Amino acid sequence: MAATLKDATAIVGIGQTPFARRLPQSEKELACRAILAALDDAGIAPGEVDAFASYTMEETDEVEVAKAIGAGDATFFSRVGYGGGGSCATIGHLAAAIATGQASVGVAWRSRKRGSGPRPWTNTAVQLPTPGQWTRPFGLLRPADEIAMLARRYMHEYGATRDHLFNVAMACRNRANENPAAIMYERPLTREMYMTSRMVSEPLCLFDNCLETDGALACVVVSAARARDCRHRPVHVHAAAQGLPSQHHGMVNYWNDDPLSGPAWTAARHLWKRADFGPQDVDTAQIYDAFTPLVPLSLEGYGFCGRGEGGAFTEGGALETGGRLPINTGGGGLSEAYVHGFNLITEGVKQLRGTSTAQVPDARTCLVTAGEGVPTSAILLRA
Amino acid sequence: MTATPTAPTPADALLAPVPDEDGAPFWEYAARGELRVQACTACGRLRFPPRPCCPHCRSFDSHWQPVDGRGRIWSYVRPHPPLLPAYAAHAPYTVVLVELADAPGIRLVGNLVASADAPLGSADPAAVRIGARVRAVFADCGGVTVPRWVPEKP
Repeated sequence: MAATLKDATAIVGIGQTPFARRLPQSEKELACRAILAALDDAGIAPGEVDAFASYTMEETDEVEVAKAIGAGDATFFSRVGYGGGGSCATIGHLAAAIATGQASVGVAWRSRKRGSGPRPWTNTAVQLPTPGQWTRPFGLLRPADEIAMLARRYMHEYGATRDHLFNVAMACRNRANENPAAIMYERPLTREMYMTSRMVSEPLCLFDNCLETDGALACVVVSAARARDCRHRPVHVHAAAQGLPSQHHGMVNYWNDDPLSGPAWTAARHLWKRADFGPQDVDTAQIYDAFTPLVPLSLEGYGFCGRGEGGAFTEGGALETGGRLPINTGGGGLSEAYVHGFNLITEGVKQLRGTSTAQVPDARTCLVTAGEGVPTSAILLRA
Repeated sequence: MTATPTAPTPADALLAPVPDEDGAPFWEYAARGELRVQACTACGRLRFPPRPCCPHCRSFDSHWQPVDGRGRIWSYVRPHPPLLPAYAAHAPYTVVLVELADAPGIRLVGNLVASADAPLGSADPAAVRIGARVRAVFADCGGVTVPRWVPEKP
């Protein structure tokens, strides 16, 4: 048995449905389509699947998926908490299960109809008790409001500006303009559009927020040995980590000693400890971008720059193709699709296969992160 | 203390807090116009949000310690629609995170308003800044008394 996850498993299949504001199919059907596409991409029969991993706010559970696709007997299934913070943990859980012999073929997926459905924050009955009793009565209603509170303090403390946030939005939009599957394909963004757009929660404007999207994606994970027989170049799961910092409190992490060093810092410590390389060796990163300020916060947390330097890091085209760290090369949640970050994982796989629509030349390593601000997760992928 | 059942909030009203067992005393003291924070009876450390045991010494004994209701704005946001209808009617309004002067590290989310019963959007946005001194006042919110914050007079 492997004592480490390091390259013991690989992602060998990826699949996705179209992304749109509204799709006619149900979430269950979209999930099945994405999973079957990923299995076909891997060249693995659905009857071989024996492990499932998903994360909360997923409406389609493993029982329904397994039954619909004709999976075999499942011996491992897990569901990770905290919505968008769990995306990368699904891959980590499957890798751990397969590396320790608990299963052999795992699928992770996300299916969502956020574009069609009601916004989750309008459900007052669910969200008003703890911890909502401390925030929602005062009109801190949406994730955008909760993150804007941290963003304002971050900008005040470190001199980060709206131009820095624009740099993030722009890099994502530029990559989406190269990706025909992206919702914002052929819809360029300009600084003027950004600076004059309507406010959502000051200091965050429309373009600081992710897209409302319908769509589904999936990945197939197997052992590194099995991966050699699959259709595509294996993308190894080099390291995986989760992060729930001491005294953390959901998305309103305002009661820590230091609310600006969030879950990314905790996940990063474990991730780099388990890796053969460091931040300086990362060729491209797919950084969870439900809101633009999460990117500078994550750049600091994962060690690409020092504390307080995340804003300045975005200057000079650093996040663009050819820059110091090309990010969110499919367009990310801001401009490709917001499917709770799962498209960042499949985009990382595309980069290391060499098939991205914004390919980083000879990319060999990729960091993928899950939601920052909530208990989070991350994976390091290696070709 | 047990959780206080609260009637469903009408769609056109501001949301009233739904206290849990740990948080109920905060709201009961607020109803008397008092701002209090949970404190460990064994080690004396304050904690927020309320919870059953002390994360420092693990004692389950706690009491509610009065604080003087003065603080500084640690951060703030100005939400704009789309919002729940009652909030959209007041938008943009100012939500502040106030760090308590006599309980460093304890930060309360609230609204900055011109006076206790003034509308949600009544604070002058030009006067809102990080570090500004504010003090707690109390207002009725759907039958529940909530702390709000007004600029501290110089």
